[in-house]
Amino acid sequence: MSRQASKLVGSLASKIFANPAPVAPSSLLSRHFAAAPPAPAVFVDKNTRVICQGITGKNGTFHTEQAIEYGTKMVGGVTPKKGGTEHLGLPVFNTVSEAKAETKANASVIYVPPPFAAAAIMEALEAELDLVVCITEGIPQHDMVRVKAALDKQSKTRLIGPNCPGIVKPGECKIGIMPGYIHKPGRVGIVSRSGTLTYEAVFQTTAVGLGQSTCVGIGGDPFNGTNFVDCLRKFLEDPQTEGEIGGTAEEDAAALIQAFCDIIDVNKKESKTEKPVVAFIAGLTAPPGRRMGHAGAIVSGGKGTAQDKIKTLREAGVTVVESPAKIGVAMLDVFKQRRLIIQVFM
Amino acid sequence: MRGSLGKLVAGSLSLAGRWQKQQLRRLNVHEYQGAELMSKYGINVPKGVAVSSVEEVKETVRSVFPNEKEIVVKSQILAGGRGLGTFKSGLQGGVHIVKTEEVADIAGKMLGQILVTKQTGPQGKIVSKVYLCQKLSLVNEMYFAITLDRKTAGPLIIACRKGGTSIEDLAEKFPDMIIKVPIDVFKGITDEDAAKVVDGLAPKGADRSASIEQVKKLYQLFCECDCTLLEINPIAETSDNQLVAADAKLNFDDNAAFRQKEIFALRDPSQEDPREVDAAKADLNYIGLDGEIGCMVNGAGLAMATMDIIKLHGGTPANFLDVGGNASESQVVEAFKILTSDDKVKAILVNIFGGIMKCDVIASGIVNAAKQVALKVPVVVRLEGTNVDQGKRILKESGMTLITAEDLDDAAEKAVKAAAH
Repeated sequence: MSRQASKLVGSLASKIFANPAPVAPSSLLSRHFAAAPPAPAVFVDKNTRVICQGITGKNGTFHTEQAIEYGTKMVGGVTPKKGGTEHLGLPVFNTVSEAKAETKANASVIYVPPPFAAAAIMEALEAELDLVVCITEGIPQHDMVRVKAALDKQSKTRLIGPNCPGIVKPGECKIGIMPGYIHKPGRVGIVSRSGTLTYEAVFQTTAVGLGQSTCVGIGGDPFNGTNFVDCLRKFLEDPQTEGEIGGTAEEDAAALIQAFCDIIDVNKKESKTEKPVVAFIAGLTAPPGRRMGHAGAIVSGGKGTAQDKIKTLREAGVTVVESPAKIGVAMLDVFKQRRLIIQVFM
Repeated sequence: MRGSLGKLVAGSLSLAGRWQKQQLRRLNVHEYQGAELMSKYGINVPKGVAVSSVEEVKETVRSVFPNEKEIVVKSQILAGGRGLGTFKSGLQGGVHIVKTEEVADIAGKMLGQILVTKQTGPQGKIVSKVYLCQKLSLVNEMYFAITLDRKTAGPLIIACRKGGTSIEDLAEKFPDMIIKVPIDVFKGITDEDAAKVVDGLAPKGADRSASIEQVKKLYQLFCECDCTLLEINPIAETSDNQLVAADAKLNFDDNAAFRQKEIFALRDPSQEDPREVDAAKADLNYIGLDGEIGCMVNGAGLAMATMDIIKLHGGTPANFLDVGGNASESQVVEAFKILTSDDKVKAILVNIFGGIMKCDVIASGIVNAAKQVALKVPVVVRLEGTNVDQGKRILKESGMTLITAEDLDDAAEKAVKAAAH
C-alpha cells in the first residue's frame, strides 16, 4: 500500500515538476502522503537517502565523512563481510538490498575498486535504487558494456558515471568527490564529462554570484549511465534552473550540438521559458590527431571543423566561450542581457 | 584507420554512438604477437616466426620454411605505413617479399635499424625483430572488425565482402556491402549471428561452417582478451579455400590490465617516447608537445582547458599531463621530474582543482620534488578545491619561490609572462 502511495506521489510530483512554473504543492501532498516526499527535480535533493558501497575503504571513508559534513542524508554503507558493524556512525550491511530494506535508502554512491565496481553497480540495479552514482575510475569496458545493456532493459534505476565526480544540489545533497565549499545554492545547472572542469564552472558561477541549481558530472567513460541530453532535459524542466552550462571535449561536440539543438527546438515549440545555455569545448587548441588523457577527453583531428561546430552551436542560441576562465562571466552576461535579476549570494 | 572506422560507426549507427575511444596508454602489440594470440584461439593466420638475429633467420628458413620459394620479411615496429617506410640507412621499404636465399641478407639490413614511416615521426622506430611469413596466394580479400558499440550497448561485428583498403574507402565505395551484426552481450555470439557475418563476408570458396567457426573464435578472443578493437583487414581466402587473417589490428583496454597480465606483458617500451614511458611507469597521463610551458593538471578535461588558455594568452604548452584523480605524493614528484627534464620548458604551470585529489598531497609533492630536482624555471601554482588551505600552507612554509595564482586566467597569464623572461 505504501509502495503504491509513493508511486502515485512520484508520478504526481513528476507531472508537477515537469511544468516549468514553480508550483510547490508539496505541503498539500505531504498532508496526504507524509511518508513519501516528491521526486527530486534533477535526480537529488534534501530528501535523497544515500548509502555508500565501499564505505570502509579509503575513498569511501573520506568522502562519506565529507558528505555527512555537507549535510547529505547518508544513511548507511555496504561492505561485503562487514555487515552488522558500524562505520562513521552509520550501519554497515553486506548487501545493497539489506541496506535498502533497513535504511529506506533510495540512492547509492560507489567507491568500490575497478575489478569489482561493475558488480557493485549491478547489485544496486537489482535492488532497484532510484539513483546509483559510480565514482570509480578504470572499470573495464567489457564490464561496463554489460552494465549498460542491463540499464537499458529497465527504467527504475538511473546511473550517473562511472569515472565521474558525482552530483550535487548545493545546500541540500552532495553525492561524490567534489569539494563542497565551492558550491552556492543558485540558478545555474552544470553538466560536464570532466570532473575538474565541472569544479571550474562551479567555482566561476559562485564567484559571479549566480550559484548552481544542480551540478552533474556524467563521467568520461565511453559506456556510462546518464548523458548530456538527460541532464539538459532535466534542467529545462527544473524550476530552479535558469541557465545551463555544458562542458565537453571536442570530440563530443557533434553529438552534443545535435542534442542542444533538438532540446532547444522542443523547448521553443512547447513555448516553455527559454533558458540560456553556455558551452565550453575543451581541447580546441590542442594539436590534431593526439589523444589526450582518459577516454573522456580525447582530441581528434580538428582541421577547422571545431569552428564550424562552434558556429552551429551559436546558431542554436548557445553562448560558446573560448576561454575556460570565462564560463561564469559569460553566464552572468547572458543573465544581464536578459534583464534577469541577479541575486548575489556572496 | 581507427579513427576512420570510428567515423563509419558513428556516422551510420547513432548520434551518441561514437567510435569508442582509445585510452592514452593504450596497448599496442606487434604484428607477430597478435598473430600468435590469434593462433592460440584457433584462428587461421599465415605461418610465421619472429626473429631477432641473422643466425635465427637462417635457422628459421631451414627449419620452418624448407619448401618455400619466397618469404615475406616484415619489420616489427608499433606504427603503420611500414611498406612505404624508409630506413635511416637508406633501405627502402619495411616489408619485403624475397627469394628464400635472400632472406638473411635483407633481414640483416633491417634488424637494429631505424625505420621511418609517416606514422613514426622523423625520429623513426627501431626494428628489433623481423617477422618471417609464408607468402600466401590470396584469391579474395574481405574486411572484418569487432568493436564495442554504444548504441546497442554491446559488441558489434562489422563485415564487408570487399577488403584490403581502409574502411573509410570501403564505406565510400561500397556502403551497401557493409553489414553490422550487434551481439547480445549476455547471450554471446549465436550461430545465427556468426552466419549473418559470414553471409556478409560472402566468401567464394571457403567452407561455410568452418567460416562460422572462425567468426566465433574471433569473437571469443575479442571478449576474453578485453579487446576494444579487433580489425582483420584483409580477412582473406587462400587458393586452398581457407579463411585466413592476413593482417590484424588489436587494441586492448588498459582498464583491464589487471586481469590481462599476459597480454600487457607484451608492451614494448623501446617503441615509445621515453618521456611517455617514464610517465606511464608513474601511472601518469602524459603526452609530450613542443611548447615552452610545462603543465601539471588534474583531470583530462581541465588539462586540455589549461592548454587552451595558455594558447589564448599567447603561450604554448610543452605537454599534456594529467596526474589523475588519486595521485600520490611520489607521483607528483615523478611528474615534476619529467617536466623539469625537458629543456624546452621555460616555466611550469601547476593547475589543481582538488576533488578526490587533495591539494595538500600536491603541495607536499611539489615541495619534495624541489628537494630532489633543481628547479631552474619559474613555477606558477594555482590550487583550489579539497584541502586547499592545507595545500597553500605547505607551499608557504616550504620557503620555495613560487608564483601563486588566484584563478585559471591569472595562472595562465603569469605562466606565459614567466616563460617569456
